[in-house]
Amino acid sequence: MTPHFKAQKVVDNIYWVGAIDWKLRDFHGYETQRGTTYNAYLIISDKIALIDTVKAAYKQELIQRISSVIDPQKIDYIISNHAETDHSGSLIDMIKLIKPEKVFATAKGVEALKAHYHHDEEITAVGEGDDLKLGSITLKFFETRMLHWPDSMVTYVPERELLFSQDAFGLHLATNERFEEDVPQWIVDFEAAKYYANILMPYSTLIPKTLDKLSTLPIKIFANDHGPIWRKNIGRIIELYKKWSAQPYTMKAVITYRTMWGSTEKMAMAIAEGLSEGGVSVKMMPLNSTHRSDIVTEVLDAGAFFVGSPTLNKNMFPAVADLLYYIKGLAPKNLIGDAFGSYGWADGVVEEIRGILSGMKVELVNDSPMSAKYVPDEKVLQDCFEMGKKTAKMLAAKISG
Amino acid sequence: MQKYECIPCGYIYDPEEGDPESGIEPGTPFEELPDDWTCPLCGVGKEDFEPVEE
Ligand SMILES: [Fe+2]
Ligand SMILES: [Fe+2]
Ligand SMILES: [Zn+2]
Repeated sequence: MTPHFKAQKVVDNIYWVGAIDWKLRDFHGYETQRGTTYNAYLIISDKIALIDTVKAAYKQELIQRISSVIDPQKIDYIISNHAETDHSGSLIDMIKLIKPEKVFATAKGVEALKAHYHHDEEITAVGEGDDLKLGSITLKFFETRMLHWPDSMVTYVPERELLFSQDAFGLHLATNERFEEDVPQWIVDFEAAKYYANILMPYSTLIPKTLDKLSTLPIKIFANDHGPIWRKNIGRIIELYKKWSAQPYTMKAVITYRTMWGSTEKMAMAIAEGLSEGGVSVKMMPLNSTHRSDIVTEVLDAGAFFVGSPTLNKNMFPAVADLLYYIKGLAPKNLIGDAFGSYGWADGVVEEIRGILSGMKVELVNDSPMSAKYVPDEKVLQDCFEMGKKTAKMLAAKISG
Repeated sequence: MQKYECIPCGYIYDPEEGDPESGIEPGTPFEELPDDWTCPLCGVGKEDFEPVEE
């Protein structure tokens, strides 16, 4: 076998040995239109360490990339920063192949790995601030509980001012460029925002604390577990994380809807016109052609969120329910908004959506539901337009106040 | 007695049950949990809990 998968050097002593998943399009319900990478890293010092592994199907790629530097069996330690299978899927097989001296994870990680693989191999728990000396290189572990699983941790290398940041600062982007500065910035920013919105948003209250904790360490490089590594200007992604975790009100609205015979769509257009007149930037996201993961990405930096649904057999349209359940779990903050839609004989769906929005702490714009019997008349469309205008005023007041 | 919810993971601290695995007796109000008590499910601290509205 001629290994054609090679390691790529990150800094002295540290190599990227991960896998590129060019064809992934569905990451547990999050549409990854640009694929992803599963990053693993090899550290060569007196002792040799492997940071994380890759998804099970990519084990050979990992082994080949390691083999381009050293014989994998020379690895002394494996560190598992996160138990999710995109990073631990080949862990047990790698332990069997390498027979390392020790394998490390947090206490929650030891528990989570056991619940995944039901293995006999021993994994040793490390705690906050623990050190592992490899020689001229030291590894220091910091727990990042619920960022984004209970087991999550990051591993710091003081001698290289490098942080193995795990899923944090990651993005789903399959590329053979290993560094962020070599990829067009608009693609990086979009995919990093999409990753934050779909994976990290529910834990936004924990992000500032973690950023504070990390700010006490000199860091020049974020060697993440997905997509290109941050090296040129890590301050840029830190600022973005501060903004995304705070989610301040903005003059931007997302309108998402599904329509059956065009009635709910007409209402969506009227709300959009009212928002435009009030100076709000509108993202119109029809659910028949937009993936839920792209909608939450737009909601991340929006100040208003509108959901439209027709009534189908006395219930909301299934695609609307799908979106609402998805976004409810992701818990976006600081939004005003409302629901709208048409019905034939059974009214109630708009009120039901308003209830779900209120449950998500979205501040409702109107006092009563914006619903139209069969087809909206001029009066209803005017009301929709006014709701858009009122939203613009409310947003402007939130931003200035 | 007031129940508290872990914001990141959803675990509910019910004072009537306590958290016997961490040595917290049934009947211990949230306020009297030690400062270093952490969520038994996900591990975050007391500051990431909010009272449950009933
Ligand atoms: Fe993960
Ligand atoms: Fe991941
Ligand atoms: Zn918890």
